[in-house]
Amino acid sequence: MSTSYTMQVLSAAGAGLLFGQGLIISRMIDPIKVMDFLDFTGNWDASLAFVMLGAIIVTSVGYRILFKSERPLFADLFRLPVSKDIDFKLLSGAVLFGVGWGLAGLCPGPALVNFSLGISSVLLFVISMVMGINGYRLIQSLSTQSKSPSDTQ
Amino acid sequence: MNELTPYLSALLGGIYIGLAVVWLMWANGRIAGISGILGGLLRLDKEEFAWRVAFILGLLGSPWLYSRVTGEQIFIYEATPVGTAVIAGVLVGIGTQIGSGCTSGHGVCGISRLSVRSVVATLTFIIAGAITVYFARHIFGVST
Repeated sequence: MSTSYTMQVLSAAGAGLLFGQGLIISRMIDPIKVMDFLDFTGNWDASLAFVMLGAIIVTSVGYRILFKSERPLFADLFRLPVSKDIDFKLLSGAVLFGVGWGLAGLCPGPALVNFSLGISSVLLFVISMVMGINGYRLIQSLSTQSKSPSDTQ
Repeated sequence: MNELTPYLSALLGGIYIGLAVVWLMWANGRIAGISGILGGLLRLDKEEFAWRVAFILGLLGSPWLYSRVTGEQIFIYEATPVGTAVIAGVLVGIGTQIGSGCTSGHGVCGISRLSVRSVVATLTFIIAGAITVYFARHIFGVST
């Protein structure tokens, strides 16, 4: 096993832990707060917009700086999505995701962070989500063997 | 605690998320999109598999770390009936794969790269989420 392979795994674990701290500190993990954020016509809680704001500011600046280097620390290249298409697939996927997000107040990151808290609706959400992901991927790989699914964000 | 606290902690949490996103790109050259990382697990390629599992284990373990550091227990309310949770989970799973990303992949990584595709996706899922909450809370009264 190469050093960079081990470092990739350790880096990813660290990134996951740090990402999770951000979701917890910001309360993005609280489904009711997420629904309050999406509730524009009710008692709108705008605070979660600042999660995106903070993350986008840091990422915009950080990406700009790090893309000046030729390659990542522990890998051969920066892998970036290449698709620029704004098509029915993008929009219909975003709509389905948005409906699910609004129904449960959970998106993939917070759902995984909440998984260990032992709340039955969260456990069922995560299991269903993983089944949905794998089901779609399986159908996709059966129907289009030649296409690479690597442009997923 | 005052009325600014939720905004400041949201901003601080967002900064942590940004740092994690930047780190994953700097170290591994990867987009920190949770649905993308989960979706790529199925490819069962050894090089691909390990860092993805490690990232997900990091997310799963983050409440433990948070409690270790702060001494606080994390608490959230049960927000959704189990039937709704199952439907929502399937929609999130399928939707993020069809739409190539979620809140992190499109909402943070994509927008930060000034990807128009990601801006459109993010606006679309926020609007779809808002309409869903509107119907669930104010029309049918099924949601908390």
